[in-house]
Amino acid sequence: MKSYLPRILMWIASLSLLVLFLFPIWKITLKAPQYPDGISMYIWINQITGDSEYTLQNINILNHYVGMKYIEPDSIPELTYFPYIIIGLCLLGLALSFFKNNRFYLVYSLILIMVCVLGLYDFYLWEYDYGHDLSDKAPIKVPGMAYQPPLFGSKMLLNFEAISYPHTGALFMGISIVLSFLSFFIGKKRKAPKAFA
Amino acid sequence: MNKRIPIISILVAIVGLVLYNCSSNQTPQGGALGGDDAASSVYVKPGDHDEFYGIVSGGFSGQLSVYGIPSGRLLKVIPVFSVDAEKAYGFNEETKPMLETSHGFIPWDDAHHPELSQTDGGPDGRWVFINGNNTPRVARIDLSTFETAEIIEIPNSGGNHSSPFTTENTEYVVAGTRFSVPFPQQDVPIESYKENFKGALTFIKVDPEHGHMEVAFQIYVPGFDYDLAHAGKGKSHGWMFFSTYNAEQSHTLKEVNASQFDKDFIAAVNWKKAEEYLAQGKFKEMPTEYVHNVYDEKTHSATSEKIKTVKVLHPDECPGLIYYLPTPKSPHGVDVDPTGEYIVGNGKLSADMSVHSFDKMIKAIENEAFEKEIDGIPVLKYEEVLAGIVKEGGLGPLHTEFDGKGNAYTTFFISSEVVKWKLGTWEVLDRVPCYYSVGHLMIPGGDSRKPWGKYMVAMNKITKDRYLPTGPEMNHSAQLYDISGDKMKLILDFPTIGEPHYAQGIHADLVKSKSKKIYKLDENEHPHAVKSEKETKVVRDGNVVRVYATTIRSHFAPDNIEGIKEGDKVYFHITNLEQDWDVPHGFSVLGANNSELLIMPGQTETLLWEPKKQGVYPFYCTDFCSALHQEMQGYIRVSGKDSNVPLKWSVGEQPVQ
Ligand SMILES: [Cu+2]
Repeated sequence: MKSYLPRILMWIASLSLLVLFLFPIWKITLKAPQYPDGISMYIWINQITGDSEYTLQNINILNHYVGMKYIEPDSIPELTYFPYIIIGLCLLGLALSFFKNNRFYLVYSLILIMVCVLGLYDFYLWEYDYGHDLSDKAPIKVPGMAYQPPLFGSKMLLNFEAISYPHTGALFMGISIVLSFLSFFIGKKRKAPKAFA
Repeated sequence: MNKRIPIISILVAIVGLVLYNCSSNQTPQGGALGGDDAASSVYVKPGDHDEFYGIVSGGFSGQLSVYGIPSGRLLKVIPVFSVDAEKAYGFNEETKPMLETSHGFIPWDDAHHPELSQTDGGPDGRWVFINGNNTPRVARIDLSTFETAEIIEIPNSGGNHSSPFTTENTEYVVAGTRFSVPFPQQDVPIESYKENFKGALTFIKVDPEHGHMEVAFQIYVPGFDYDLAHAGKGKSHGWMFFSTYNAEQSHTLKEVNASQFDKDFIAAVNWKKAEEYLAQGKFKEMPTEYVHNVYDEKTHSATSEKIKTVKVLHPDECPGLIYYLPTPKSPHGVDVDPTGEYIVGNGKLSADMSVHSFDKMIKAIENEAFEKEIDGIPVLKYEEVLAGIVKEGGLGPLHTEFDGKGNAYTTFFISSEVVKWKLGTWEVLDRVPCYYSVGHLMIPGGDSRKPWGKYMVAMNKITKDRYLPTGPEMNHSAQLYDISGDKMKLILDFPTIGEPHYAQGIHADLVKSKSKKIYKLDENEHPHAVKSEKETKVVRDGNVVRVYATTIRSHFAPDNIEGIKEGDKVYFHITNLEQDWDVPHGFSVLGANNSELLIMPGQTETLLWEPKKQGVYPFYCTDFCSALHQEMQGYIRVSGKDSNVPLKWSVGEQPVQ
C-alpha cells in the first residue's frame, strides 16, 4: 500500500491543476472612499472577471482619465493558450506517475515551478504595459506617475489603493508543486534503505 | 344639541390658553426633555444605517418623502402626483402619461396616506400606495426603485380620502369618497344633494405578482363623507371599515351643519360577500371614464389607458354587504387593533372614544339587532357593538396606532398630545405633548397585525417656534418618541416636507436588500434607446428631429449637432450607458421650456426642446458625475427655417457613425 503513496500524490498534484478552471488565480482590488465595497478584478487562467458583469467597464471608465488602455480580455492571447498548457501539464503529471522513477517527479515539480515563474513574469509585463502605456491625450496627467498595480501587496495609485494577491487558483498551483515534490522525496527516502540492504 | 358647538369653542379656547401659558413659562418646550440620553437613542453613527424606513406623505406637495428612523435623516423625496423638474417627472416624455386623468394632464395633487403592501397582515416591503385626494387617484410606488410605478384614477368620487388602506394580503386597496358627488356625475342643483349625491366605496384589486391595480367594484352608498378606513385583520379579515361624518347630508356650512347628529357611522363592508355578489353577476356595469397609467421599468416609459365602465354594487340588492356602526361625534380615523377585534372610532369632536367589538358586531348582525335602515344598509344598535369607551383621553381624537403589546396610542388634535391607553381596560396609561396640534401618528407596522412597537412618530399641523424661523411659511414638524418602555419619551424633532398626513414605517431589512443599484442596459427596451456610441444618430422626419444620444463619463455622444431649424421639435433621447452604482448623468439645454433630465445608469429619458431663435446653444450634464463633469457639455446649432445646413453630428472631431 505504502509504495503507492508517491503515485497517489502525483495524481492529486496533477488533478489540482484543473482547479485553476474553477477559481481565479489572482485578485486585484481597488479601494477608494467613494467605492465602499471596493472594485475587484479576478484573473483566471482563461478569463478576467469582476464583482459584477459591469466591473471591467467601470474600471475602464476610471482608467481612461489617466489614459490607460481599455482592458479587453479578447486582446490578451495568454487567456486562450494558457488553458492548453495547464491541461497538458495535468496529463503529463498523470503520465509520469506511472513511471517508478521518482526523478521524473522532481522534474515535474521543477517544470511547474518554471511555468509559475514565467506566468508571473508575463503577468508583470501586462501590468507594466497597462500601467505605463498611457495615451498622451489623457485628461489627467501626473508627471512621473505610472499606474502599474503591484504584483504582490498594495500600492497607492492616485486616489486608489491597489491591492494584489494570489487567489484560490494559485493556492492549488502551489499544492500541485508541493505534492509532486513530496512524491519525489518520499520515493527517494524509500529507495535509500533498500540500497543499504 | 346646538349647544355643543359653543362648549367646544370654549374648550378650545381653554386649551389654547393653557398651551400659551406653558410656552411662555418654559422655553423651549421639549428641549429639556432631550438631554444626552435622548441624543444617544437617535444617534446613528455616520455611515451606519437606520433601523427603519419612515415613508411620509407630502400632503399638498403631492410627493412622498422617505426618512431614516430614528435619525430623522431625509433619504429621498419621491414625486407621485406632482411634477418635479429635478427628476423631470411629468416633464420628460416618459413620465408625462403618469399624470394623465380623465380631466387631462394634472400636474399636482394632495397626497395623504401612504400604505405599505402587506403579506399575512404585516408590511412586506414590496410597494407603498398613496391616495391623491383632489382628483381622486391611487398611486403605487415600487420599493425596489422608490419610483412611482402606477396611478389609477377613481371614478364617481370626490376627495379620495379614505384611501388607500390595504387588506391583509394586499388583495385590495380601497378608495372611499370624502366629498360625495352626483353618481354618475351630472348637472344638478347643489340643493338636490340628498337626492342626487352619493358616495362610492371603491375596491381596487392588486395583482399579487406585479402590483398592477384594477378597479374591481364600487359600492353605491348614501352621500355621507367617507373619511378614513382600515381593513379587518386576523378574525376580521374579509371586512373593511370606513369612518363617516356628515350623516346629516348637508351641502353647505358643513362645519356647523355636518356636526349636528350625535352619532355618525363606521361603515363595515364585507368584501368577501362583495366577491360572491360579483361572481353571481349582481352588479351594474355603469358607463364612466377614468384613466389608468402604468410605468414600465423595461421601456422606462409610462402608458396611459382610458377605461369606460365600472362595476357597481347596490347595498339594497346585496344584503349582508354593508352595515353601519353608530359612532359618536364625527369620527375621523377608524383603526383596527392587531388582533382584529377592536375597531376604534376616533370621534374628533369629543373627549371620549368609542371602541367597537368585532365579535359583538357579528353577533348583532346574527341577531338582527338593527336600529334602522338607511338606503338598504342596516344600522346596528350602538350598545350592541360597543366594546368600551376610552374616557377623557384628551380632546379631539384623530388617529390611533398600536404597539402589538396590547396598547393603543391616539393623537388628540385639540389638546395637542398623544395618549397611550390599554386595549380592553380602556385606561389611560400615559400622555405626551406634541408641538403642535398633532394629526396622524405612525408606529412602524402600527396599523398592521405586526407592529414594531419601538418608535412612534407624531406628525403635526403647526410648527411656529420649533425651528429657526423661515418667514411666514414653515415646514411642518414631526416628533419621534421612544415607546419601548412604560412611558413615552420624546427623543427627536424633525421638519418634514409639505404637509405630512399619514406615514408608514417598516424595518429596513425588509426593503434595503431589494433596492436596485442600476438599471441593466441589456434589459432597456425603450423604443429610442441606443446601447453604444456607435448607434448614436440624429434623424429628421418633417420638423421632428430625434437625437439618439448617450452619456458616459464624461461626454455626450454626439456633442456637436448641426442642421436644426427654427420651429423644429427636437427630441433628445438620452441613454445613460453607465452601469455603475450612483452615476446618473443630467441633461439640460439652453431655452428648454420644461426641465432637466436626470438619467439613472442604464435608463433612457427624453426631453422635448423647441428652439425659437437661430444661434448655437450649449447643453451640459447637470449632475456632478465625475472629475471631468465640467467638461461634459456640447453645442447644438439652430439655423433659419429655410437654411440648408445639413444634419450633422459628431463627438471628438469625428462623425460618430
Ligand atoms: Cu455627467
